[in-house]
Amino acid sequence: MHDFVTLTLNGENRVFDGVPDGGLSVAGLLVLTGLDTRKVAVERNEEIVPRSRYAETWLTSGDCLEIVHFIGGG
Amino acid sequence: MDGSIAPDGTIIDTWTVAGRTFSSRLIVGTGRYKDLEETGRAIEASGAEIVTVAVRRVNLSDAGAPMLQDYVDPKKYTYLPNTAGCFTAKDAVRTLRLAREAGGWNLVKLEVLGPPPLLYPDMQGTFEAAEALIKDGFEVMVYCADDPLAARRLQDMGCVAIMPLGAPIGSGLGLQNPAMIAMMMEHVTVPFLVDAGVGTASDAAIAMELGCDAVLLNSAIAHARDPVLMARAMKAAIEAGRLAFRAGRMPRRMGADPSSPLTGLIR
Repeated sequence: MHDFVTLTLNGENRVFDGVPDGGLSVAGLLVLTGLDTRKVAVERNEEIVPRSRYAETWLTSGDCLEIVHFIGGG
Repeated sequence: MDGSIAPDGTIIDTWTVAGRTFSSRLIVGTGRYKDLEETGRAIEASGAEIVTVAVRRVNLSDAGAPMLQDYVDPKKYTYLPNTAGCFTAKDAVRTLRLAREAGGWNLVKLEVLGPPPLLYPDMQGTFEAAEALIKDGFEVMVYCADDPLAARRLQDMGCVAIMPLGAPIGSGLGLQNPAMIAMMMEHVTVPFLVDAGVGTASDAAIAMELGCDAVLLNSAIAHARDPVLMARAMKAAIEAGRLAFRAGRMPRRMGADPSSPLTGLIR
């Protein structure tokens, strides 16, 4: 069993190790990154991950994720 | 006409876009301020009810950094996510799908831009993106060229507001195309806004005097020496321009027409 997952996160390669047996979900990833889930949106391999499915969306090595939020803009 | 002056001096003059009704006819951007605190104060002073926001990657190395929502309350202001920085239809659609997930609303500002230094609206990309977004259930307020045919086509596709530029984004040149803006308006029945080009209060007033439903601006406030004061000036200019439009200006004439009678003069 792999206990690490390699992801491309906002364009950067990141290795998450010590992943529990069940794997790493989007919800788990957001906890690890310390982000407020109410203020971000997540895209996995160019598909939106609805907030309601964070807990059941499992990540596998090679996944490409974009995590965005609102900033000032015109 | 849904506007009139009440006995207490209150002016009721709302406008409606995509079924949402607003009193303020000024939409402001939230970018290019010194900091988030100044952003919040300037927006408050502007009286705006809709603010445009951008969608960007979070900074993963500073997850606890203050966010725009902490200074510009999404419960108080209608967030209008934009696609600034998108040069293709695909990027614009992706960006707004993320925005819808982050914010939970469908009302968006679409802009597909050509390359710097003009960042002129790329109308082919704009049409493609508008079609995909409308099909996907978005309500699209669209930034566009000052092209009456394009405006009509975007409206027929189902865009909820048509928003031509008055001058390039962030240029502060003021309305360079008042005649075209006025002619475009003839072809449009959905809300019509000038978006981009306003440099100072009189520019905003001119757009409103031409009959625009509202004006969208950002840099004119954010890059003023005193942004909070300029925000207040813009609020006044929008109101003044709107009232002047409703009042109907006097005809222009070549030559004088005295206000005081020319009879009964002393000799």
